[in-house]
Amino acid sequence: MAETSRLGEGVRAYRLIAGMWIRSAMTYRTSFVVTMCANLVMTGLDFVGILLMFSQVDSLGGWGLPEIAFLYGLSVTAFGIADLVLGSMDVLGSRIRDGSFDILLVRPAPVLAQIGADRFAVRRLGRITQGTVVLGWALTSVEVDWSAAKVLLVPLMVVSSAAIFCAVFVAGAAFQIFAQDASEVQNAFTYGGTTLLQYPPTVFGKDFVRGVTFVLPLAFVNWVPASYVLGRPYPLELPGWAAFTPPLVAVACAALAGLAWRAGLGSYRSTGS
Amino acid sequence: MGSWRLYAAVAAGGFRRYATYRAATFAGVFTNTVFGVILVYTYLALWDEKPHLGGYDQAQAVTYVWLGQCLYSTLAIQGGGAEKDVIERIRTGEIAVDLYRPADLQLWWLASDLGRSLFQLIGRGVIPFAFGALFFPMALPTDATSWLALLVALLLAMVVSFGIRYLAALSVFWLMDGMGIMQAVMITGVFCSGIVFPLNAFPGVLGDIVRALPWAAQLQMPADVLMGETDPLGAYAFQATWAVVLLAAGRLLQSAATRRVVVQGG
Amino acid sequence: MDAFIELDRVEKVFDVRKKTGFLKRERRQVRAVDSISFTVARGEMVGYIGPNGAGKSTTIKMLTGILTPSGGRLRVAGIDPSRERTRLAHRIGVVFGQRTTLWWDLPLIDSYRLMHRMYRIPDARYRENLDRCVELLELVDLLDVPVRQLSLGQRMRGDIAAALLHDPEVLYLDEPTIGLDVISKAKVRGFLRELNTERGTTVLLTTHDLQDIEQLCSRVMVIDHGRLMYDGPLAGLHEVGESERTLVVDLERELPPIVAAPARVVRVEGPRQWLAFPASESAAALVARVAAEYPLVDLSVREPDIEAVIAKMYAGEAEKAVS
Repeated sequence: MAETSRLGEGVRAYRLIAGMWIRSAMTYRTSFVVTMCANLVMTGLDFVGILLMFSQVDSLGGWGLPEIAFLYGLSVTAFGIADLVLGSMDVLGSRIRDGSFDILLVRPAPVLAQIGADRFAVRRLGRITQGTVVLGWALTSVEVDWSAAKVLLVPLMVVSSAAIFCAVFVAGAAFQIFAQDASEVQNAFTYGGTTLLQYPPTVFGKDFVRGVTFVLPLAFVNWVPASYVLGRPYPLELPGWAAFTPPLVAVACAALAGLAWRAGLGSYRSTGS
Repeated sequence: MGSWRLYAAVAAGGFRRYATYRAATFAGVFTNTVFGVILVYTYLALWDEKPHLGGYDQAQAVTYVWLGQCLYSTLAIQGGGAEKDVIERIRTGEIAVDLYRPADLQLWWLASDLGRSLFQLIGRGVIPFAFGALFFPMALPTDATSWLALLVALLLAMVVSFGIRYLAALSVFWLMDGMGIMQAVMITGVFCSGIVFPLNAFPGVLGDIVRALPWAAQLQMPADVLMGETDPLGAYAFQATWAVVLLAAGRLLQSAATRRVVVQGG
Repeated sequence: MDAFIELDRVEKVFDVRKKTGFLKRERRQVRAVDSISFTVARGEMVGYIGPNGAGKSTTIKMLTGILTPSGGRLRVAGIDPSRERTRLAHRIGVVFGQRTTLWWDLPLIDSYRLMHRMYRIPDARYRENLDRCVELLELVDLLDVPVRQLSLGQRMRGDIAAALLHDPEVLYLDEPTIGLDVISKAKVRGFLRELNTERGTTVLLTTHDLQDIEQLCSRVMVIDHGRLMYDGPLAGLHEVGESERTLVVDLERELPPIVAAPARVVRVEGPRQWLAFPASESAAALVARVAAEYPLVDLSVREPDIEAVIAKMYAGEAEKAVS
């Protein structure tokens, strides 16, 4: 009961603060339009990189372009959602350094919601748009025997992966409380993670895949269910039902990230004077 | 010459400034290594599928990946060097003070950016590259001349990289907000430098275009020089031409900007 | 008396890692706050002073729940701040002199609307409080101005208003007059005095400006090296520190040093003379005497600054310890 009201409070504070950032961005209208367009182009060029590869080859690790587009669309859409929701958490380090984090701490709203909504930027819709377009194209191009389970699995994968990316952002923020200018480490997991998931697991070494799947369960929520949908063998010897576990993995990750955040906040020591 | 000592001091300042961000440097090394590993695997699969893609064999493709990670922050391929400071100074108006300094504005920032590049090369670039050489088969030359040739190509690449970013920064005199232009620097830098996909492997006309643009001087040229895929003198000529063109353009834009500041009264 | 803020042997210890060589680091512990105890009653206005790095901000941060004390017991309105930070937030107001809570690119009023909703302030209450702050802090022409265009003094007034819209029972101010011009300082001080007398809001402020304390606070606490050195009225602080004020006199011409005990001349420069006298003495009597006996052109009284007062205080303590 108390937990749900806290969640409600958090969502409310998040909406209020995100709204303020949108209004702030609107005061520089030209810049807003330019950055929005630039973001669409930038994320678009990301997929062009894959198209370039396929201009030279017909398959990568035994997977064709539509199948890789499927992986890509899932990974980028999920990451895009997480990036829109919590993508500015890397400013936490500079907020701690300049002392403005203290101001968030004396407001009557959960700090995580406030820092999550910090620098909220509509231009981040660019990545989601691009991911969805690629995913849409992939869904019409892959040859799949669609069943109810497979249809259900697609949105489930997107939501679970988004939640896992969010958990990574939160854990990264907790880490920044200890090491303020090491915010780039989380790029390895966020941007690195989404890049990794765009390619089929057959490309990577077996030990590498095992590591990513169990140590950092990113791969789990994309590779395993995607293999199930596409009717391909799982990247590791796993039982058939493993494809349906992403929500559980997501919840576990969120819980761990929550604990990390609590630990981080508890050891916060503020700056100097 | 007294002025050379001044610029050397500015460069040393740029070096030291970045050297103080120790945690950030470690974080960067980690991130570059992770990205390198991901890219290497995809390249290996790609070259499995099509050997000699872009004229490289597999070991050369791997070398290309790790050199790219090594130069990623050295050449500020997605931005984040001197241009960030220049933009901030233009936005706050502090640039007016710089204009009256008894030093050349462009050379000042070039020196500072070279200092930063040098630190990023040593502090951030070398470790991922060594990691790559340790765990993946790479095509590294054994003669000292090739490595020396690489150093020359790198120095020229640093100047070209600065030339592009300095032009971008000066545009803020007219645009007033740096956000859009920083993103443009990032997009063109990431796509046209060949950090994602070697420019040599770009197909058809698109390939011809990107290989003629200044961004080709950043990663593609040094990589080819290191692996003996191109005549170093030809590569230097290409890099030096772009360096001169960009610096000259920067000079023109700078004097236009100076007039603008003087007219506005600071 | 109703103790609103209670500190009982509160401590804050930081682990500091210092670079001693290229890779070598030395760990040591720093006691930023070292066993401090005091209580503040509801409606009091207290000055909290001390040199830089004395532990003032650390204390304020513990009182607001930003930092968790390493030891001791701390309560504000019966709440343990670090445990129930969000609940406490509704009852306190905080103004950090150097950092603004206002939204840089948006008109001032937008920041207030955010406070209105974030603190869930009832509409009528919000309107009443806003009107009052706008009137007393002279914000009426600033409400539609983007915060980035406000001067330092205007922004400080804006920040103070933002901290008061939800009717906090206690207001913490960290250097509220730092960097402000004389007029802005006067406005801020006038407002705080009014807030305290009319609304009974408890006020705790840290400052470097002794005039802030003189004009506002009946009670002063001095902290240094994390320890509470003095707690009492400002006049008492002057006695303890045996601090002196300075009367600067411009005479018509160069004259031998003025004789006017207990004041003594500490410096002579042409027709200008500096007279030091105990801070507890009335300046008016001294001025009257000097004016009666010497040809005066101009004069001014200089207050001792906090650093000097505290330095004197230590000198006094040391003497006592020796004797």
